[in-house]
Amino acid sequence: MNLTLNIWRQESASAKGKFEKYYLDDLDSHMSVPEMLDHLNEKLIKEGKDPIAFDSDCREGICGQCGFVINGHIHSPEKHATTCQTHLRSFIDGEELYLEPFRAKAFPIKKDLCIDRKAFDRIIAKGGYISVNTGQAPEANSILLSHETAESAFDAAACIGCGACVASCKNASAALFTGAKIAHLAMLPQGKMEAEKRVKNMVAQMDAEGFGSCTFTKACEAVCPQHISIAHIVTMNREYWKA
Amino acid sequence: MLNSKVPLGPIKDKWTQYKAQAKLINPSNRRKYKVIVVGTGLAGSSVAASLSELGFQVDAFTFHESPRRAHSVAAQGGINAAKDYKNDGDSVWRMFYDTVKGGDFRSREANVYRMAECSLALIDQAVAQGVPFAREYSGYLSNRSFGGVQVSRTFYARGQTGQQLLQGAYQALIRQSEVGQLKLHTRHEMLDLVMDKGKAKGIISRNLDTGEMKIHMADAVILATGGYGKIYYLSTLAMNCNATAIWRAHLRGAYFAAPSWTQFHPTSLPQLGEYQSKLTLMSESLRNDGRIWVPLKAGDSREPNSIPETERDYYLERKYPSFGNLAPRDISSRAAKEQIDNGHGVGPLKNGVYLDFKDAIQREGKGVIQKRYGNLFDMYKKITGMDAYETPMMISPSAHFSMGGLWVDYELMSNIEGLFVLGEANFADHGANRLGANSLLQACVDGYFIAPHTIMNYLAGINPNSSESSQAGEKSLHESKDKIQRLLKIKGHKTAEEFHKALGKILYQKCGLLREKKKLLEAKEALKVLQEEFYQNLLVPGDAEAINFELEKAGRVEDYLGLAQLIVEDALQREESCGAHFRVEHQTAEGEAQRNDEAFKYVSVWESLPEGKFYLHKEELEFEAIPLTERSYK
Ligand SMILES: Cc1cc2nc3c(=O)[nH]c(=O)nc-3n(C[C@H](O)[C@H](O)[C@H](O)COP(=O)(O)OP(=O)(O)OC[C@H]3O[C@@H](n4cnc5c(N)ncnc54)[C@H](O)[C@@H]3O)c2cc1C
Ligand code: SF4
Ligand code: FES
Repeated sequence: MNLTLNIWRQESASAKGKFEKYYLDDLDSHMSVPEMLDHLNEKLIKEGKDPIAFDSDCREGICGQCGFVINGHIHSPEKHATTCQTHLRSFIDGEELYLEPFRAKAFPIKKDLCIDRKAFDRIIAKGGYISVNTGQAPEANSILLSHETAESAFDAAACIGCGACVASCKNASAALFTGAKIAHLAMLPQGKMEAEKRVKNMVAQMDAEGFGSCTFTKACEAVCPQHISIAHIVTMNREYWKA
Repeated sequence: MLNSKVPLGPIKDKWTQYKAQAKLINPSNRRKYKVIVVGTGLAGSSVAASLSELGFQVDAFTFHESPRRAHSVAAQGGINAAKDYKNDGDSVWRMFYDTVKGGDFRSREANVYRMAECSLALIDQAVAQGVPFAREYSGYLSNRSFGGVQVSRTFYARGQTGQQLLQGAYQALIRQSEVGQLKLHTRHEMLDLVMDKGKAKGIISRNLDTGEMKIHMADAVILATGGYGKIYYLSTLAMNCNATAIWRAHLRGAYFAAPSWTQFHPTSLPQLGEYQSKLTLMSESLRNDGRIWVPLKAGDSREPNSIPETERDYYLERKYPSFGNLAPRDISSRAAKEQIDNGHGVGPLKNGVYLDFKDAIQREGKGVIQKRYGNLFDMYKKITGMDAYETPMMISPSAHFSMGGLWVDYELMSNIEGLFVLGEANFADHGANRLGANSLLQACVDGYFIAPHTIMNYLAGINPNSSESSQAGEKSLHESKDKIQRLLKIKGHKTAEEFHKALGKILYQKCGLLREKKKLLEAKEALKVLQEEFYQNLLVPGDAEAINFELEKAGRVEDYLGLAQLIVEDALQREESCGAHFRVEHQTAEGEAQRNDEAFKYVSVWESLPEGKFYLHKEELEFEAIPLTERSYK
């Protein structure tokens, strides 16, 4: 199949970027989007041009390293899929695509389609954990947890830190990401002890990083590859007011 | 002969004795010592956090953007622990036995016992961190069984166990970066080990965003850099997994053990085309309910659902009646390859076998199966576009796990003093074949429970001194810079990716699931030629002063080309079959692996000499607790 690609090229964080056009006519519909870019890069390198910088690692939707915008779709035109899990069969033969990085003030562009999401680590650093040192833990079955709670905690903990929620939000809010971690830990008996401090500090860091505030448009939930629910944002807000 | 420093005494008491006698450092003195940790997957994050909690200074490095992206994140199936919550006869001893047997008697008993012993506390630790393992309706932890064992000792968090464990370790690490003396260096790749007077004293790093290269000194260096199965190009590993850290440490003198022992996972998705960059794993837990089969008639290309029961060959159930579809990985993979080679393969490239859930769905209902494996079925659909509730999955063997790695003694220290190696990067507990769900465990146990004690024991014997800049460091820095410039200057016509693909093909064809002297000799030649071509014809665009993924790739492929030659050497040298290492010349009349304990009851441990030559050291293995037996799963 063939596709026309308009790809965001930006030399460095401070450089000005623009779309550049590439034409590929020897594609296979089973290729994933990163595989298509690998293929394009091989050509560019041989033509003496600068290959496109894009991030990916696991290529199975779990590491959270990939992600860009395809024709206005965050990650993918498919529902709840990461960029790496998007295959060319999702596009029409001959289609023209626009690929550009996730855009948010708190995620500066490093080069082309690569962004810097370290702000997420800094939010977690402010309390996205249970303060247990190695060796302190009691017998695992001494902390009982209902099946349902364990499943809900898992649902919240499944976040891969990809940043799609931020990119999809008109306010570039990180509420879904932060809310998921707060909800995950607040649901567990062992996480309750630090709940107050956690929510205050993490929310403050979220603001300090320049993420916008949440106005409940639900855009994040619609693109999240892990189906993280906005109910966790409600939990976060409740925890915040409690604190 | 290498000394593994296994403590004396009965196997059950060794670790307790070791800890009781290990040297300690007074809490107020610990902060004077600095430890470098390279790699922040499960092994690296857990050891970095634990050491920082103890009060040591820690510098942690990862080439990833965040520790949360390490490839531990991709582990699906679960983690083993001998909790015996099922009352089904499990115990530390049984887990020890299963692992030694599963590894085909090519691992060190004392290490394996310790891993089983520490498995109990690991589950406690993970739960305390908030890892949401699956629970029964009663609120107690749930277990399932995994390939190669008859008890249910696997703990799991839906199909994302690795991700959840890594979250726990990552959070512990990031907490220390906030409250402890831990400094995290993300997007930093280790390019060399700095040695001073025979001891590991630091590393050379390259900042992958800016290109800046630096010397970092410490009192001890830990490598926890993961597996190198990606050397086969098509594998279940992430695109950026590599052997650079351990290979460059090897070139500085660290011995490499059993490099050719790579596990091929039986349940990955088959390759569909030349463009493909990786093979996705479908968790082995699927084998608990899925039945593996191929059409009885070679070349049968009918739709799977229209092939009647009588014309299907459930070959694992037929050949291994007591383990059936749960036969260990090496055996399942080889059996699949045999079917594929004999023309029974299915799918567009005839390179897969079926994994069928029809009977399970009929027995338990679609809802139950969906609950158990829903996310895996979704993933299958996302990748292949096919619905596994309706039509059987297609699976095939893929390069997956490196049993081999840098040699370590009982303290997880390599032959270089002060250099510790943890997790998949070392050769330790899995012998010639790893049991499913044992490697998340090994990575965690190494990092949380073992290394903190053994490293303190080491540090207690030396004076803290990490501030002194050393001449050795300057020299390594220059050499690393030169190495990069050399690659940039070649300006040939072939990309690193092309070399990597060519390398993967050679290894799959000549040193993969089946190994044979003639083919190994061919591989040796082919690899030399490929390496020569690499240095003449490599094409790396751009420069070293900014983000340059191609340059990163080229360095990794360069190291893979070196390691590949050692892999082939190792496979050639071992004239026996054991675990994942199957030498065609050494099989029983029934086609099973034929071990030769008389001649090969040792681990092959390699030293690289100048001019690309290798020197063989041996670690003799003693089986005192478990008598050597033939490994049978019939
Ligand atoms: C798809 C898949 C599924 C699996 N499923 C299971 C399972 O169900 N159960 C089980 O027990 N095991 C499973 N395994 C195996 C298990 O996940 C791994 O063995 C284990 O997670 C390895 O952990 P690690 O910490 O040693 O390495 P990794 O998690 O790979 O971490 C390596 C770290 O080293 C860093 N690094 C590497 N090189 C350098 C360098 N030169 N400079 C700086 N940093 C570097 C990386 O950035 C990363 O942080 C699976 C493996 C795969 C691939
Ligand atoms: S909440 Fe969803 S979209 Fe946001 S970072 Fe997590 S996984 Fe990605
Ligand atoms: S590359 Fe890992 S999620 Fe896409």
